Amino acid sequence: MVRLITHNLLACHVKGCTTNNFPLQFQDVQIELQEAEFNPDFVRNLLPRLEWGALVDAAKQVGDTSLPPEQPEMTDDDVLQKLHHVLLEIHITEGAMVCSNCKHIYPISNGIPNMLLSEHEIG
Amino acid sequence: MIPTPDLSHLTKDDYEYVYEPAEDTFLFLDGLELEVDELRTSKPSICLEIGSGSGCVSAFLASILGTSTALFLCTDINQFASSCTLATGRQNKTPLDPIIGSLATPLLQRLRHSVDILLFNPPYVPTNMDEADGAQHTAGIQGSWAGGTDGMQVTDVFLKDVEVLLSDTGKFYLVAIKQNDIPGIRHRMMTEYGLKSVIITQRRAGREHLFIIKFSR
Ligand SMILES: C[S@@+](CC[C@H](N)C(=O)[O-])C[C@H]1O[C@@H](n2cnc3c(N)ncnc32)[C@H](O)[C@@H]1O
Ligand SMILES: [Zn+2]
Repeated sequence: MVRLITHNLLACHVKGCTTNNFPLQFQDVQIELQEAEFNPDFVRNLLPRLEWGALVDAAKQVGDTSLPPEQPEMTDDDVLQKLHHVLLEIHITEGAMVCSNCKHIYPISNGIPNMLLSEHEIG
Repeated sequence: MIPTPDLSHLTKDDYEYVYEPAEDTFLFLDGLELEVDELRTSKPSICLEIGSGSGCVSAFLASILGTSTALFLCTDINQFASSCTLATGRQNKTPLDPIIGSLATPLLQRLRHSVDILLFNPPYVPTNMDEADGAQHTAGIQGSWAGGTDGMQVTDVFLKDVEVLLSDTGKFYLVAIKQNDIPGIRHRMMTEYGLKSVIITQRRAGREHLFIIKFSR
């Protein structure tokens, strides 16, 4: 499943594409919401691993504007709840992710991203 | 006893394209089960399995840790394997996040020193190099076992990334067979990356002498 947490961890890895290769931009995406069990500790542990700006942006691209533009210093339960929803309950089922730098297109089909490159694109 | 994941949704047809759990898989599960206490107390939040195949191993890890406690990322070069991994997650009510990709390549940049549990049951069977190259290229079922010279052609590429991926307390569990030269692997990981290792368990199964090795800082 391409959840927004997964999207926040994927970067373009085409040979030589090393700047502006993250985050990938969504293209023609279809979305499905699936409830997931809320575990505040897990969400809190993910915080240091997130690129906040990229997450807020990705959420906007799929129509969710619940997150503040800057990462809040205090993460109370309300923020954690919102993060939980954005990171773990929004699923991208179809569409693509495009690299802003080299324009490589990574398709998403049946909820699975295809990040494979052809031989000449591998670094 | 941790129950073996429910794989009843996978059929003979799936196993035409995707590695069917076998002795190596089951030894991997047994090895993880021996680690239950350590796995739970370390409270991992990011788990990554390379070459997840059916998804059996990550689903098992999720049932050890609790399905809402961590992220279970699963890469495989074989797209049918990624589909099976997704289905196995659903069947076992545990969110597995499959990614079609080679090794950890699409995640390396963002997961630097972030992976708490790293798992790999690689294609470890010694074959000639062309067979392994071809299998990697076609990304079909041959890629499940064709390991090239010493069965290490694919694993060796990944070993270079392990230290970069592991978090401070991260652990890497690897399946290997005797012909892979286990003392050599362990020595290289120590001298080149400062990662220590222990053998968690081993078993003879037919012609294969299988080992589960754990690496950590
Ligand atoms: C021995 S099977 C293990 C499958 C499953 N984890 C298990 O234990 O039953 C090896 C798996 O690695 C995958 N694989 C081979 N080369 C790979 C690569 N370069 N990147 C990611 N996965 C790979 C194969 O497609 C296959 O699913
Ligand atoms: Zn790119």
